[in-house]
Amino acid sequence: MFSNRKVNRLYLVLLICISVALATFFVLKALEEKIVFFYSPTKLLEKNVRGEEYIRVGGLVQTDSIIYEEDGLNVIFSITDNKNVVKVFYIGILPDLFRENQGVVVEGNFNSSNNSFIAKKVLAKHDENYMPPEVKKAISGKSK
Amino acid sequence: MLLKKIHRFANPNKFLKVIYPFKKISLYMAVFLLFIGLMDALLFSPPDYQQSQTVRIMYIHVPSAWVSLLAYIMIFFFSLMYIIWKFPLFILIAKEIPIIGISFTLITLVTGSLWGKPTWGTYWVWDARLTSFLVLLFIYMGLIFLEKAFKFSNNGDISFAYISIIGAINIPVIKFSVDWWNTLHQPASVFRLDGPTISAEMLIPLIIMSLGILFLFFFLALTNVESAIQEKKINSQNFRG
Repeated sequence: MFSNRKVNRLYLVLLICISVALATFFVLKALEEKIVFFYSPTKLLEKNVRGEEYIRVGGLVQTDSIIYEEDGLNVIFSITDNKNVVKVFYIGILPDLFRENQGVVVEGNFNSSNNSFIAKKVLAKHDENYMPPEVKKAISGKSK
Repeated sequence: MLLKKIHRFANPNKFLKVIYPFKKISLYMAVFLLFIGLMDALLFSPPDYQQSQTVRIMYIHVPSAWVSLLAYIMIFFFSLMYIIWKFPLFILIAKEIPIIGISFTLITLVTGSLWGKPTWGTYWVWDARLTSFLVLLFIYMGLIFLEKAFKFSNNGDISFAYISIIGAINIPVIKFSVDWWNTLHQPASVFRLDGPTISAEMLIPLIIMSLGILFLFFFLALTNVESAIQEKKINSQNFRG
């Protein structure tokens, strides 16, 4: 079924596949810092970013941290990765999924001197769980 | 023995006869499953606890995404078999799939974008999953241009096969992009080691829709292959005459 020439061609293809995979691996590895869509608060504090750098930070909205200003547009909240907390200031409309304990990604500038983040954009993340509202209610009822 | 069997199918005329019933069955199955699937997905399945009704976009978005990946995997294997065995039929099939793959890729990108606005708050972000899927669109484009450039000769066959094999590296990158890097796109809900994280009432319409779109893909692919074989026959007759 396999003559010698066919086996050689198979080896050639395997060689191509392996070299392409290795090349891609090293390229992606080298670009890792650039590919990540957002930093966690811990990573952000480690990185020592300068004020003018435009970056994204992601984490959970901390419970009881959302404060709406009186004009209804200004909002202050904290995002956390359960280790470190970053305080976020934002002016604008929040996405529908924005709530306490929801994963969010904020885009803007970080001020390391007072540990605050001025967000230009807030994106909501949603997790991989899908279920009807009744099921969710039943689950959270049980855990309480 | 096995080689004899493959040779039998490699005869285009016999192959046409073999695929004809499969084409018919695929069409009927696609219509039937898509009808039931859409009814279930749009009318009877429950809303999501977070996204409420918006979740129904999933029943189109996710099956199209799966099928666009599957289409590429099929191109990969047919190209691989062509390189090893050099049967023209393999590359003929491989060359007919990209146009269907790119259609489902476009559907995935557009529905995903429309889904992103109400849930994430943006139509598009340059995160790893979305970007790698856009790269899949460009790879399909490249394959289609290559195929069109050599429409009336076989000179492009071997380069088509090798390029599609090189491009296949993007498939695992798409699949695992959400695990390797932190992305705005959520991780896998169905194909994961610890089982689906999607409730059964939503998983069932999703599976029905996926099968429906899979059969639709088979129908379209077989139709394309059939017409490509007929076209080849007519061309060779013209040359002879």
